[in-house]
Amino acid sequence: MSDNPSGASYLYLAEPEIRFLEAAVEHLIPTDELGPGARDAGVVVYIDRQLAGSWGVHGRQYRGGPWLEGTPQQGYQSRFTPQEAYRIAIREINQYCKAEFDRPFAQLASDRQLRLLEQLEKDEIALPSLPSKFFFDLLWRNTEEGYFADPLYGGNRDKVGWKLLGFPGVPSGQYRELLTSSEPYYAEPVSVLDVQTGKVPVDAEGFPKHVITKRNTNKES
Amino acid sequence: MSATKLKPVDVVVVGSGVVGSIMSMELASAGLSVVCLERGKQFDVDTDFQKPNVYDELKFDRHSDVFQNLARDTITFRNNNAQTALPMREMGAFKPGEMVGGTSAHWGGNARRFLPHDFEMRSRIEERYGASFIPADCNLQDWGVTWDDIEPYYDQFEEIFGVGGKAGNLEGEIQAGGNPHEGPRSREYPNPPTQRTHEGALFADAVTSLGYVPFQGPTAAMTADYRNLYRVQMLECARGGFCSSHVCAQGAKANPLSAVLPALARQPSFELRPLCNVLRVNVDSIGKKATGVTYIDARGNEVEQPADIVILGAYCFSNVRLLLLSGIGTPYDPLTGKGVVGRNYAYQQGGSVQVFFDDREFNPFIGGGQVNTSIDEFNGDLIDRGPLGFIGGAYINTATSGATPIKGKRVPPGTPRWGGEWKKAVAQYYRRNMSISIHASCLSYRHNYLDLDPTYKDAYGLPLLRMTFDWNDNDLRMMKYMNERCTEIARALNGSRLGGTNKGTHFAITGYQSTHNVGGAVMGSDPSTSVVNKYLQSWDVSNLFVVGGSAFPQNPANGPTETIGMLACWAADAIKENYVRNPGSLV
Repeated sequence: MSDNPSGASYLYLAEPEIRFLEAAVEHLIPTDELGPGARDAGVVVYIDRQLAGSWGVHGRQYRGGPWLEGTPQQGYQSRFTPQEAYRIAIREINQYCKAEFDRPFAQLASDRQLRLLEQLEKDEIALPSLPSKFFFDLLWRNTEEGYFADPLYGGNRDKVGWKLLGFPGVPSGQYRELLTSSEPYYAEPVSVLDVQTGKVPVDAEGFPKHVITKRNTNKES
Repeated sequence: MSATKLKPVDVVVVGSGVVGSIMSMELASAGLSVVCLERGKQFDVDTDFQKPNVYDELKFDRHSDVFQNLARDTITFRNNNAQTALPMREMGAFKPGEMVGGTSAHWGGNARRFLPHDFEMRSRIEERYGASFIPADCNLQDWGVTWDDIEPYYDQFEEIFGVGGKAGNLEGEIQAGGNPHEGPRSREYPNPPTQRTHEGALFADAVTSLGYVPFQGPTAAMTADYRNLYRVQMLECARGGFCSSHVCAQGAKANPLSAVLPALARQPSFELRPLCNVLRVNVDSIGKKATGVTYIDARGNEVEQPADIVILGAYCFSNVRLLLLSGIGTPYDPLTGKGVVGRNYAYQQGGSVQVFFDDREFNPFIGGGQVNTSIDEFNGDLIDRGPLGFIGGAYINTATSGATPIKGKRVPPGTPRWGGEWKKAVAQYYRRNMSISIHASCLSYRHNYLDLDPTYKDAYGLPLLRMTFDWNDNDLRMMKYMNERCTEIARALNGSRLGGTNKGTHFAITGYQSTHNVGGAVMGSDPSTSVVNKYLQSWDVSNLFVVGGSAFPQNPANGPTETIGMLACWAADAIKENYVRNPGSLV
């Protein structure tokens, strides 16, 4: 069961899809001593928002046929929109898991899930409707986006992705003076969301004032 | 349905980017009535690109509505004639713009002139190495202009775009601190050079130890508050990153929106019409004179705008496609080598070597506005290519462009693509790497070209432009050589590990590389190998000028925008000073 600790709401994804994605993205960016993984960063909420929005239906992408498979150099040629690709692929991966292991993906042991993800990435599992690598690449692209995009979009909760990197987010007005500095600069990350909601004040030029920290507390070194 | 026919104007300009805005400004201020048609939306820099919303990587780099809307119009692509071209369904290798201000509204500000060598490349290579040194399938061509012709127009463009840099060659005198290998400049840059970052200082020490001369690459992001040739004020860059792909919230990055349109809007004889998609250039019954253009306006009406002069000033792809859709000029046939429209399409070569440190840390998010430290020893034809066995060149640099968290991470080779080890590596190395980058020429070859796709259509039912393109052996040999030089520089930096990119021997339309698509309507002195003459005037239709990256016979190493702007100034001057007084062929 998804325990939904943050009380997230979902616009597109259904419960079995949420369970699948929470299990899968946690392997892609796991929780460890460096900090929360993709699941707790809200990446599944991010994916849901993206699928429900313009990108999920390829609103600005060329959608005319005919659809041919093409070469790897020719890029995205699926006739499925991201919405369709997620819905179809998750159903078919769960059917595969039930046929092979009697359980859907989310209920398998962690090492089994990890192995399945590796097989999907290598296109070693033949899904009926789309290449498994195509879906894996889409999932990984969105997982990375969700972990590192502005928290505006539902992922990167508490700016965990930015804390992991030591990325301060919205720049301060001091950067021009710091351009030549060889001193590492660390600050509490500021998001667009922080400024929009008034959580972080801005100066007359519109730049947030950074709170300088000695070093990222989430880091091992 | 018949088109609404409007009152004639002196000049109709297609596109409001670097070319469209500058040519409109030059011609309107000379008293000509000018209408500029732009397919994209109108934006207001002061409100549409406000802080903090501009600092959003996902919105601007991944899902941008300042990029071309591919749902309406895209290109198709294949590596060679044996394949079926398929549509570019999502933005990948490049990101053409679609807005008032054009593609350069979101450019990175790399404002380098080409080298004198670049404009006469065929003649100079033949002279030095003999004609047989040029690959047999390479359509290497001179531009029909020389450095002395066009240097004043580079100067003019730099005064409009407020370019910052340090001259390395003033009227033939080599200057300390600048690029000693650049073409002779008539005067100093309008703005000072960028300051050197920590990474830049390390790079400078490393290349100096190898005998090269480092300099700060020129930039069109203001290095000081600046009032330009058109009396438009731009503010100094804040170095907050979010530069390329983004429109600058400070208005510090020179582009049509910040540097030209505020002055252009005050010209009484100028009118800008956004959301107008030009379908074709109309010509008279014998195909010798353009009568104007036909477009679909914002409300979907078909409109004919008659004009005495037609200027195609759009992105490379759109200029070539409009010529093909209008039936102007002979389309190129790669089998016979005959025809010119679509011939000599070229892209840009690039690559990098990364240095990973465990004992150094940087602030990679501070920067943008083209802060870079460069060397030019491998550019042009400075080093004898005879023993190297290739033609073409590159500049090499390290840039702090503002590393954003989704796409700006680098990990050492051997790191898994995802999972716990990957997470540890991004945490360790996001702030502990620097890139030694190659920005290299891409020559034109007989089998690389643009034409109309036989299958796929745009939203108006017109054929998409088809790109047939692959890397060539000569260019790949050059990249191997440049990569070896970068590796030497990288070793001199004494990092813990080195990494690199291997993009393979076939060009792929996936993964951002560069928006530097050029050629297809090239300039030259021979109508059998060029679409326009040295003044960017159509050989076939003398009141049609086709200006932009589409005019490059091949792509030199340095970024194209500065030269596109220079060509706009050059062509506008030819129209104002010569064509208007004496319409007809300028050569």
